[in-house]
Amino acid sequence: MDFSYSQEQEMLRDSAAKFALKGYGFERYQSTLDQPGHCDPAVWSQMAEFGWLGLAVPEDAGGLGGSALDVALVCEALGSGMVLEPFVAGAVLPARLLSLAGGQPALLEAVASGTTQFAVAWTESGTRHDPAFCTTRAKAQSDGYMLTGRKQCVLNASNAQTLIVAARTSGEDGDENGISLFAVEASAPGVELKPYPIMGGGYAADLQFDAVKVDGSALVGSLDAGFEPLDAALDHATAAACAQALGAMSALLERTGNYLKVRKQFGTPIGSFQVLQHRLVDMFVEVEQSRSMVLMSSVRVDSSPEASVRRRAVSAAKAYLAQSSKFVAQQAVQLHGGIGVTEELDIGHYFRQLSAFGNLYGDRTWHLRRFAATPAA
Amino acid sequence: MNLDFSPEDQAFRAEVRAWIRDNVPEQAGPAIGIPSHKETQFAWERKLGQKGWLAYTWPQEFGGPGWSATQRYIFDTERALAGAPPSSPFGLAMLGPVLMKYGNDAQKQRYLPPIARGEEFWCQGYSEPGAGSDLAGLKTQAKREGEHYVVNGQKIWTTQAHWANFMFCLVRTNTEVPKQQGISFLLIDMRTPGIEIRPITTIDGHHHLNEVFLTNVRVPAENLVGDEGQGWTIAKYLLTHERTSIAGVPDSYYQLGRLREAVATDAALSEDPLVSHRLAALEVDLLALEYTNLRTLDRVAKGQPPGSESSGLKIKGTELQQAISEAQMELGGLGALPWLSPADDAHPVFAAATQRYNFLRASSIYGGTNEIQKNVLAKLLLQL
Ligand SMILES: Cc1cc2nc3c(=O)[nH]c(=O)nc-3n(C[C@H](O)[C@H](O)[C@H](O)COP(=O)(O)OP(=O)(O)OC[C@H]3O[C@@H](n4cnc5c(N)ncnc54)[C@H](O)[C@@H]3O)c2cc1C
Repeated sequence: MDFSYSQEQEMLRDSAAKFALKGYGFERYQSTLDQPGHCDPAVWSQMAEFGWLGLAVPEDAGGLGGSALDVALVCEALGSGMVLEPFVAGAVLPARLLSLAGGQPALLEAVASGTTQFAVAWTESGTRHDPAFCTTRAKAQSDGYMLTGRKQCVLNASNAQTLIVAARTSGEDGDENGISLFAVEASAPGVELKPYPIMGGGYAADLQFDAVKVDGSALVGSLDAGFEPLDAALDHATAAACAQALGAMSALLERTGNYLKVRKQFGTPIGSFQVLQHRLVDMFVEVEQSRSMVLMSSVRVDSSPEASVRRRAVSAAKAYLAQSSKFVAQQAVQLHGGIGVTEELDIGHYFRQLSAFGNLYGDRTWHLRRFAATPAA
Repeated sequence: MNLDFSPEDQAFRAEVRAWIRDNVPEQAGPAIGIPSHKETQFAWERKLGQKGWLAYTWPQEFGGPGWSATQRYIFDTERALAGAPPSSPFGLAMLGPVLMKYGNDAQKQRYLPPIARGEEFWCQGYSEPGAGSDLAGLKTQAKREGEHYVVNGQKIWTTQAHWANFMFCLVRTNTEVPKQQGISFLLIDMRTPGIEIRPITTIDGHHHLNEVFLTNVRVPAENLVGDEGQGWTIAKYLLTHERTSIAGVPDSYYQLGRLREAVATDAALSEDPLVSHRLAALEVDLLALEYTNLRTLDRVAKGQPPGSESSGLKIKGTELQQAISEAQMELGGLGALPWLSPADDAHPVFAAATQRYNFLRASSIYGGTNEIQKNVLAKLLLQL
């Protein structure tokens, strides 16, 4: 057993941390909030130059072929620096999905180079996060397919030129079999987008597909076999999102610790009150537990041949962090007092991001349920 | 012991319910439960004022309806269950009782009636950048110059100062004595030259709070409440009143009810035993709080002051408000994520959930943080 990082991983981690703290920071975060779609094109192309957008893209498709742990290292740094650009939804998830589904090397290259923005459209209202629940339908036609249906809260959709859409080509609404993946131009006739900002920054959109025609080459991977790659890619994205949340949690722990040392009330730093000391210790313990979960799930998510091992690991991590991140975020605000609930300070912004994290990529209940239902190997 | 409402109480409830149903403002933002629409809030308060029900916790001699503690509780419950906004507490629940106890006749006559009619709106100028939990550490100075106090300093976290006609304010009138003894209680007209208000946006994305800067603000000496140096005693008296109203049981019932409605619209939620378990657990906690609240009301009805038990109500009440809003956000799933712009599909409760969840983090901070409430309880009630 060995929990140490390789030399390359140390370097990746250091450069990501440097970017997040020195090249980004709260001011950059705030100016990104003013950008359309909460994504600064300059930062996005910088991330492409660093190779991060291609981190999850296989080498033969022009990427770095990084492991989930490599991705997690970058994500943790981005989370601690509150980097708003949609790294998980716009780079990690599409890259993993495209490479796991197979085919379409040109699309993978586009992810890595950052020339095209992607979004994966899989969530539907009424699903409660289940990727097998897919009512959007794709009907085979002589020269391709016709898509009809709705997707809810598709992350990064308003920035994306290409949507990778999960649509049912056979079977019933909740079946794992019969889901296919299609690369659809966001500007295609019949695609309607209702974009909105989401809590914690970032844009999503509700999508409507009204008899959208795509040709046969739009099919990503094999017909009816989209669930397996989608499920696995979502596990990758979930593990990455957990790493990002961990970064935000550590940042809150550090900032709160510093604040307790400098904020004085009753003639003494408030960190001298035992009840606050214990609270900070509780936060520390939760951050460490969460770190363990992030490491465990990141390693298991791509080193496990068995889907059940991967699912249990990721569900355990997400269920754990959904709770611990809320605890840490709530305590950080509470211990800052009034200043903690303002928009002026970064604390409240981390708080919002972590609150949103709990509802993304499957909530705690959904993941606990999947964990319980998945047999241990 | 009798835990049921009398037939008279029941009749009273029916009367209140009917009137509120006919008069509840449409666009009150009940799903959010935070007064952030000024005009709706003011119109509703004036309407209650005309009916004589705005100052419903006040005795008749000061313009209240003279209700019993039970009747007040019934009114508050009916108000909340109808989705009507709570009245702003500053004039009614805070300054009112203070003036009745410490104010002189001129002050009572000048200030109480417009509050009861909903015509004048107050804010609370207690906290300062360096004095939050340690309120007695406040620095804003008031120097007596002839018939005026000249006030210099800064207040912060002043809720709705931008709506207010007046601010009741704690100021330091003597720096030579121990810090609690040098504080006085002043009433300040917000139009006085030298007052500058700067907005603070909170993590729900809205403007409720302000910084208030006071530069050579001349306040007539007749606006001093009580004696010079009596401010701390008055401030503490006011805070016990502030905290009693903070438990928010009726509003929590309303929010829980709204959550149940939203859950019922979604089969994935309504058929899930974990969800009904969670809702039941919240309701059980609320029931415990309700009966603790009723016991406090019973004591008040028998002429005892609310006392430091109100700190317990504040702690549990705010924790429950937070827990309910957290359930609203989490059960809302993706429907709760849109920020400050409603999504098409989501139930209104879920659409408002993140904003409520965010704002309500402040509930364990304002009115004295929950940590400070625990210190109060440990010291005064448990004598530790
Ligand atoms: C939404 C909102 C509305 C408000 N409205 C008003 C208003 O209208 N008028 C007004 O005057 N004020 C208002 N306040 C201010 C509020 O009363 C203060 O924020 C509160 O008293 C805490 O003070 P602080 O923010 O300075 O935090 P601090 O006092 O700096 O506290 C920071 C942390 O330290 C903890 N702490 C401090 N001392 C101790 C101790 N001895 N033991 C244990 N823990 C301790 C606190 O609990 C908190 O967790 C409002 C605040 C908010 C958030």
